[in-house]
Amino acid sequence: MKPVKQTKAKTAKTKPTEPRYDLRLYVAGQTPRSLQALSNLKKICEEHLTGNYRVEIIDLLKKPQLAAGDQILAIPTLVRTLPKPARKIIGDLSNTERVLVGLDIRLLR
Amino acid sequence: MKEKSRPRLSKALTGISGLDEITLGGLPRGRPTLICGGAGCGKTLFGLEFLVRGATKFGEPGVCISFEESGHDLAMNVASLGFDLEKLQRTKKLVIDHIYIDKSEIAETGEYDLEGLFIRLDAAINSIGAKRVLLDTPEALFAGLSDVGVLRSELRRLFGWLKEKGVTAVITGERGVGTLTRHGLEEYVSDCVILLDHRVQNDAVTRRLRILKYRGSTHGTNEYPFLIDEHGISVLPVTSLGLTHGASKERISTGIAGLDDMLSGQGYFRGSSILATGAAGTGKTTMGAHFVDAACQRGESAILFAFEESPQQLIRNMRSIGLDLGRWVKKGLLHIEAARPTAFGLEMHLVRMHHLLAEYKANVVVIDPISALLPGGSAHDVHALVLRIVDFLKQSGATGFFTSVAVEDDMQSTALSISSLVDTWILLRNIEVNGERNRVLYVLKSRGMAHSNQIREFLLTPHGVQLRDVYLGPGGVLTGSARVAREAEERRELLRQRQSEKDRQLSVKVALRSLDAKIAELQAEKEARENQLIAAIGENEQQKAALLAERDSLRRSRGMIDSSGRSPRPNGRESKP
Repeated sequence: MKPVKQTKAKTAKTKPTEPRYDLRLYVAGQTPRSLQALSNLKKICEEHLTGNYRVEIIDLLKKPQLAAGDQILAIPTLVRTLPKPARKIIGDLSNTERVLVGLDIRLLR
Repeated sequence: MKEKSRPRLSKALTGISGLDEITLGGLPRGRPTLICGGAGCGKTLFGLEFLVRGATKFGEPGVCISFEESGHDLAMNVASLGFDLEKLQRTKKLVIDHIYIDKSEIAETGEYDLEGLFIRLDAAINSIGAKRVLLDTPEALFAGLSDVGVLRSELRRLFGWLKEKGVTAVITGERGVGTLTRHGLEEYVSDCVILLDHRVQNDAVTRRLRILKYRGSTHGTNEYPFLIDEHGISVLPVTSLGLTHGASKERISTGIAGLDDMLSGQGYFRGSSILATGAAGTGKTTMGAHFVDAACQRGESAILFAFEESPQQLIRNMRSIGLDLGRWVKKGLLHIEAARPTAFGLEMHLVRMHHLLAEYKANVVVIDPISALLPGGSAHDVHALVLRIVDFLKQSGATGFFTSVAVEDDMQSTALSISSLVDTWILLRNIEVNGERNRVLYVLKSRGMAHSNQIREFLLTPHGVQLRDVYLGPGGVLTGSARVAREAEERRELLRQRQSEKDRQLSVKVALRSLDAKIAELQAEKEARENQLIAAIGENEQQKAALLAERDSLRRSRGMIDSSGRSPRPNGRESKP
């Protein structure tokens, strides 16, 4: 299994501008549910955001003090910090459609 | 011995006054306790006081997870109770974490758990080594998350986790319809459940607390009234006080000299209960004021509960009979607590009395009038309340003086039927006779002392209450102007007696004096006679001498005498002088 680490700027196509979507995924250790969420997120981002995003993965077991800032209660929680306003999606992100609605991403196709 | 060696449930003192007595030592240590009740019944305050007392009194830091109010709001809300949450947070004795879920900004997709809550709680507990936790109220989560199944299982896990963590937790829950809490938290928290209640009775609100369940421990099972005031919560274990109070032999003055005399010269017993009944305007309040004044003069502390007058009014009125209660108030010896009896429920009155008595450490308590509590509840309730007051005062060693308004033609029974509870009962009456109305009093009973059986008239003078002497007329005790007339007559009689006495003395004196005069007269006469006698003797001698001289010259002329003058004497006696 791939260790979860803070992954920054997963830019596929080269554009020096700030990515449009800034996402944070809060997890607590490498539970199956966390890994599930992570892989679901990757898939959705690659399919629908194509490089125009940044994902930060925060492991609350390592940095519990970060939980209060974003009012994290449920695990896993995906927070869209940009664009404003902030949105939260909780759960393992298995329903792509709901994630897209939640993140307010218009389908490209 | 076997009982003692058995491991007992460890308890954590709450520091909430009265609660630790009811629970026999506090909440179960290391276990969660559920506090439930309707809106505004004091759940959050209960929890916060548990944390604050733990942090300040017992050295147990606490964590407050608030699901409803922000930390700032909480701090503001309890600042009036003297709880400085911000300072506690600065000194690392308290952590407040506000957890909220805004449903509008959250979407749910797929499975999740509430590990975030656990992590935050764990971090907070570890950051200050907390021993106490307040969750206020996790039910708010039900509004934010739609997956009730997950929520329930997570809450169950949470309470188990708290237990494992060994923290003493208080969880609040809003009361639901037909259930203790809206979302059935009681299913998960089953060690100790405390119910808070907020009841309106005759337009007055009384807060009550009941321990519904306390696994592994005995506890008081009744409903106990409690009070929220500037000292926080206080619960009153006021029922079932046994008759175990001590009995002092010490006597204390009634403040009225004449009344002291009627009670075998020494006044009431300390720690006894005194009831003064009478119709309107018979001087009940005045009697109470005298008692209070006497206590303050002895340097004791007194509380006067006035249900009919404001403190200023009472002080002004008592000044008219020469009692300056204002100076005792200024000195801090007297506290006048004035409130309309309908301002609170019955229990609330009792709670306030408890409170004030503890605060002022009063030796003397006057309730004026206790019958004012009557409209506050059913006869049974009021009777029970008065019983509690009497018992409670005796338990604390304070002397209680109650006044009660009685109907004029039914003097021997009080509406409160408390006459059997009190030790000394003084009856005040108006007697209408000869077209006037006069105040009399008598001691109906006074346990444990010889007391006067007389009906005494008393006057409200500018120097206080004064008992008059007893005058019996043909129709019984004379009062008012009849007594005054009798007093005047008596005075006249006395005067007459005194006058005749004087007369008699005078006449004897006159007789004596005349005798003296007579004696003097006789004395003078006696002296005169004596003088006469002396004079007569002297004359006689002179005559005799003259006669001799004459005879001599005669003899000489006859030449019968020699030149030497010697002459033969006719008798020997004369010739030899």
